[in-house]
Amino acid sequence: MIELNGVRKAFHHGMTNEFWALHGIDLRIEAKRVTALCGPSGSGKTTLLTIVGCIARPTQGRVRFKERDISGLPERFLTGIRRKSFGFVFQKFNLIRGMSALDNVMLPAYPTGEPRRTLHGRAERILEQLKLAHRRHAHVEWLSGGEQQRVAIGRALINDPEVVIADEPTANLDSALSLEFMGILESLVGEGRTVLLSSHDPLVVDSALVHRVVNMRDGRIL
Amino acid sequence: MLFQPAIIALLLASAVCVAAMAVAAPFALEVIRRWDSASGSERQLVLERRTYLFSTLIAFVLWTQFAALLLFVFNADKMSVMFVGAMCAVGTLNVNAYGFPALFAQMLVFFLAAGWLAINYVDNRAPDYPLVRIKYVLLLGLLPLLAASFALQLRYFLGLKADVITSCCGSLFSGDAKTVAGEASAIAPLPAMALLYGTVAFAVVAAGRQAIGKRGGYLTAASGVAALVAGIVGVLSFVSLYVYEHPHHHCPFCVLKPDYGFQGYGLYLPLFAATAAAIGAGAVQPFAQVASLREVAPSVSARLAAVAAAGFTLFALVGTFMVLHSNLILVER
Amino acid sequence: MNLWIEKQRYLIDFTLASLARRKWKNLGLLLVYALLVFVLASVTLFSHALRQEAARLLQDSPELILQRMVAGRHDLVPPGYMDRIGQIRGVQKKEGRLWGYYFDPVVKANYTFMVSPVAGLARGSIEIGSAMARVRGLAAGNVISFRSYTGDLFSFKVVGVLPRNSELVSADLVLLAEDDFRAFFSIPPGHYTDIALSVANPQEVRTVAAKLASALPDSRPILREEVLRTYAAILDWREGIVLALLFGAILAFGILAWEKASGLSAEERTEIGILKAIGWETGDVVGMKLWEGLLLSLTAFLLGFVAAYVHVFRFSASLFESVLKGWSVLYPRFELTPHIDGLQVATLFFFTVFPYAAAVLVPIWRAAITDPDAVMR
Repeated sequence: MIELNGVRKAFHHGMTNEFWALHGIDLRIEAKRVTALCGPSGSGKTTLLTIVGCIARPTQGRVRFKERDISGLPERFLTGIRRKSFGFVFQKFNLIRGMSALDNVMLPAYPTGEPRRTLHGRAERILEQLKLAHRRHAHVEWLSGGEQQRVAIGRALINDPEVVIADEPTANLDSALSLEFMGILESLVGEGRTVLLSSHDPLVVDSALVHRVVNMRDGRIL
Repeated sequence: MLFQPAIIALLLASAVCVAAMAVAAPFALEVIRRWDSASGSERQLVLERRTYLFSTLIAFVLWTQFAALLLFVFNADKMSVMFVGAMCAVGTLNVNAYGFPALFAQMLVFFLAAGWLAINYVDNRAPDYPLVRIKYVLLLGLLPLLAASFALQLRYFLGLKADVITSCCGSLFSGDAKTVAGEASAIAPLPAMALLYGTVAFAVVAAGRQAIGKRGGYLTAASGVAALVAGIVGVLSFVSLYVYEHPHHHCPFCVLKPDYGFQGYGLYLPLFAATAAAIGAGAVQPFAQVASLREVAPSVSARLAAVAAAGFTLFALVGTFMVLHSNLILVER
Repeated sequence: MNLWIEKQRYLIDFTLASLARRKWKNLGLLLVYALLVFVLASVTLFSHALRQEAARLLQDSPELILQRMVAGRHDLVPPGYMDRIGQIRGVQKKEGRLWGYYFDPVVKANYTFMVSPVAGLARGSIEIGSAMARVRGLAAGNVISFRSYTGDLFSFKVVGVLPRNSELVSADLVLLAEDDFRAFFSIPPGHYTDIALSVANPQEVRTVAAKLASALPDSRPILREEVLRTYAAILDWREGIVLALLFGAILAFGILAWEKASGLSAEERTEIGILKAIGWETGDVVGMKLWEGLLLSLTAFLLGFVAAYVHVFRFSASLFESVLKGWSVLYPRFELTPHIDGLQVATLFFFTVFPYAAAVLVPIWRAAITDPDAVMR
């Protein structure tokens, strides 16, 4: 489903502080499977996730999504694809403070101009599935860590994406909440979504739910 | 004379637009020279992001010009008290030779900006930005025009002297005046109506055809401009007469006054919007052959044509309503 | 189209929530913005109202006033002058007027003495303007004496005070009977100060003036339209000067707006990065920021304008009166008629919202192009 060929990513390209985060990645990510990227910090996991998730463009190399070359697409189109097909769950959750859980979940769909009623309905359903319906109007900064993560997941799911990407999902959670997360992961797979996550938590990496583990180090796949 | 608040405001607005475009020009040049769609380099990203600034800037210029046009005419009307012989805006504009050219230059900038925005919209719909270079060359072409518009305005306002005797619309638009305006007003009501309705109908049909068949943008644009001219001539030669209920009052600006219930807006807003849309439809047409725009360009062009058709129809309806509603009888049954 | 409208509604929703989250930061800018609008609107509304007032009051004044000149200075109209005017077509009415100035050393003010245009003032009685009544502490029934230029003392009884709503032109007016006037100023019969003519058709006034000038070479016709024009020009000019002086304020405001829009806090920057990361395009962020600017502008404009309206029409623009009205001892107290028109509002918009929009355009764009990448690190 997602194919990377010779992908290289540099920051401050052409300047004195040029830094190459990825050195030629070749990777195929299968649909409807859970793939985990494993490696120490600085190995380029997060950079790779941003490229797969259409947040950044590779400096060199090609990225294909469902047979379509998306590496050369301008930002406008990339964003369109990202909005429709990808859902991102950030390590730090990155929810917008001062807004309720429900509003946060609906946020990614604002630019589509979808009628409010349908959007609202869908957001409510997602919150229910994540057992957050009773907290829908609470401001996100009042929520616990686990609740915040579930809001973040809900936000990633609002546009019904085919691919869910999670960056270090259990890094800020204790074991109990981590297990809860794995439960949610199971249901995502059950819905037929593709999941790509990065983690160095053995609870995740060694779990039976993960179909494939990709090890990385220093911007290369081992 | 320069200390009139409205004049200061107009010159300020114009100067800011020119300055903004001038400052943006070197960046536009860079876009033209360094654009490389296929590259993922940081420079390309920077250039892509810059394009957002330009579209916002031109939209800003467009709206400013539109508001400035209104302010210009309003102010000319208000200031007519100060010039001997001036009864309304026409008199003020005639105080020196730069009045009407300044007005026309502003209108031209407005229409060209609208055309550019249409091209920009179409270009943004294609993943490979096929029209980037052409777009920015056209943008750079807009700059001298903006500067010229500003210069004309400045020259006009500097030359406004209160003791100059100017002509009022009565003498400018009277049938015997030997100017183009005079000729236009001299057309007898019946032929004038025929000209107006004929041209506007033609424009509506051309635009409608394009809206349905998705072809013929050039015809829409050309007929749109013709409809604009015919529309203004029509207002000059007969619609205004009906509004003022006076067989010799031809002024096209007095309809905007509160004394006539601001009816002029009902006429001019649809007319100008329709013309802008028609010009947009025509501006987009040349790019229908471009590979990535083969679908987008015709469909956007068609949508603009639909707007144009609606606008011209509305204009004709409003004009007709004014004629029928009036107590004046020019054409015997 | 509906998609677009719905999207704008979402953007506005987000903007309102966003503004509410940062109330105090935005409040400062809002107040300064509103203050600027307030000052500019006060000046504009006031001078405009003055102009309207002058025009209204001049409406009933004669279209043409004929003065006689001797050696380039205004002199009395001699007997027989009126007949030399003869029958000029278009002139509906002509009448000789008697008026003059009197300096009152008691309050050091100049009064305008005039023969009442309406017959009926008995000898020995006068009607006075309300400002004069205030300054000299007079009311109907009081007696007041004036020393004429010949040194004689004349006593008059005040029979009435002129109505308040004409105070702008009648503040310093003293109306008296013709015989009293001639006696007080030693003007022999048959002589007049000037001649007032009424011309029915406004388009003929200039022609009549030209005919008069040729029939009476030592006369100077003054047209009402010229007076109106001069008033308009002066008031406009004064307004323009004040606005030009406030240019510095507008510039400072522009810089403030730029700074405020550019100085995104880390939190704001993160927020935009988040929006970009979850699927908002640069264009959407620009749209949101533009709505923010628009909402702020409209609120500030409304606040400032309403405050200016109240200031000018309730409190008679007490802050600016002296600059715009001129300065004199006899200050007419008058209430201006509320009047707003499109030109004013449009001009005001150009002096306030336009500089704001121009100032925040680039900062908005810079904020909108925040790299979503930055949010990840």
